[in-house]
Amino acid sequence: MRLKTFVWLCLLPLTLVVLAFFVLPMVRLMLVGGSGPQGLAAYATILTEPRYRATLINTVVLAAATTIVSLVVATIAGLFLQRTRFPGRSVLVAMLTFPLAFPGVVVGFMIILLAGRQGLIGDLTLRVFGDKLVFAYTIQGLFLGYLYFSIPRVILTIMAAVEKLDPSLEEAARALGAGPWAVHRDVILPALGPAFVASGAIAFATAMGAFGTAFTLATNIDVLPMLIYTEFTLSANIAIAAALSVGLGLVAWAVLALARSFGGGSVAAAG
Amino acid sequence: MMRDRLIFAGQLLFTLLVAAFLIVPAALSMLAGVTANYFRGISSGFTLQWIVQVWDLYADTIGRSFLIAGATLVVTLFIGIPAAYALHVRGGRMARAIEEIITLPLAIPGLAIALALLLTYNGFSDFRRSWLFILAGHVVFTLPFMVRSVMAIFSAIDVKTLDESASSLGASPLRRFLDVIVPNARPGILAGSLMVVTLSLGEFNLTWMLHTPLTKTLPVGLADSYASMRLEVASAYTLVFFVMIIPLLIAMQMFASWGEAGGARK
Repeated sequence: MRLKTFVWLCLLPLTLVVLAFFVLPMVRLMLVGGSGPQGLAAYATILTEPRYRATLINTVVLAAATTIVSLVVATIAGLFLQRTRFPGRSVLVAMLTFPLAFPGVVVGFMIILLAGRQGLIGDLTLRVFGDKLVFAYTIQGLFLGYLYFSIPRVILTIMAAVEKLDPSLEEAARALGAGPWAVHRDVILPALGPAFVASGAIAFATAMGAFGTAFTLATNIDVLPMLIYTEFTLSANIAIAAALSVGLGLVAWAVLALARSFGGGSVAAAG
Repeated sequence: MMRDRLIFAGQLLFTLLVAAFLIVPAALSMLAGVTANYFRGISSGFTLQWIVQVWDLYADTIGRSFLIAGATLVVTLFIGIPAAYALHVRGGRMARAIEEIITLPLAIPGLAIALALLLTYNGFSDFRRSWLFILAGHVVFTLPFMVRSVMAIFSAIDVKTLDESASSLGASPLRRFLDVIVPNARPGILAGSLMVVTLSLGEFNLTWMLHTPLTKTLPVGLADSYASMRLEVASAYTLVFFVMIIPLLIAMQMFASWGEAGGARK
């Protein structure tokens, strides 16, 4: 057998599996999206139908807020963890990255334990203020859940980027008389730019499509994945559900592709 | 300097708070799973009754999750390693296009992929009802991790030279693949395998859409218990899940630090 034939044979099982269980289904999803009573107009309903549009805005705002807060939190913690050495540091890093492997549903449950009816926050506020604060099933609870799964991801990317920073640039800035704030503002943060774009895009795309966490917490909140789910299972509105999920998939993919064109290879490494 | 020390303390406190936000609820859930009455606190005593109850109610989901994770691993090994080799050897625009397509499931939300699979295979009711349907979803979702992890090793170890020297000794492509390529790719295969098993055990977004009442997996059961069981049972079930994935996570971390040590030696 010649090498060329062998290489083709090596690719064959993967090609068949990916065609059968990914490419063809995605094509079918796109076709179904345009096959309802409204035809291709179903793809526009996300913008024209007020209820869907409100859900889309809700989801985008939530995902953007998650991204910004995760970036700020992860930059402070990531810079600190990568720049300083102290006993217990590696344990702290392990703690911050441990939730990476939690499924969305488990993240939802973590928020229930923090902010649910028997949650820690409710317990503490009852003791201190005599009033029980319960918000697991509100948009604030969902936001906390989204932070829970995106902070570890962003911290990892930021730490990797801080490690690669060129220390001589900071030394030069300091030698030229820049104070610590000026060094951060003019040297460190701009140098972390690509990492911000890359990890921000991952956080945004993940938050847009998060289903498990929303499934546990967003019983009364409209976010896009829950809308798709209820349209599909409860309303049997299959064409609309397909069109909405094609839209969601396109947005997530486009955000990541855009970030990759900005940030070079860093997204691929983190993705 | 006083100011430096204040800044250090502030940053440390902030980082500790973030870590607490992530770890405290996980610790609470482990505790609640073995507490007789969580509402009354640990003074109500420790018990294994909730774990026993989880076992009675959900043992089948635990077994099925292991079955699906194992099968996903076998399939991704079988199709992922040869494909990674082919993509590396062939290179060029087509290889990059294929790599791009197989990594799309990382960007597209699981819900969309699950809907696509449901719409395509609804007519095949035997397949649709069996655990193999979930397996198909898990394979699509985990395959990129296996392929990329093995490809990363191939670019690190200079496969082409190895392959050519084996070829000059007269070995056939298949012999070379099995006796030279695969053994040399072992670290990438191991890293990819840990990733695939961990992701499959925890997969929810696809599985929730693809499962039937007879093919529930552990994360599906978890969602079920969060919605309908008392907090102690849900916590005990989560504890079982943690016990399953924590060894995998530790193995992954150890493996990553070996990799770094190996890289440093080079």
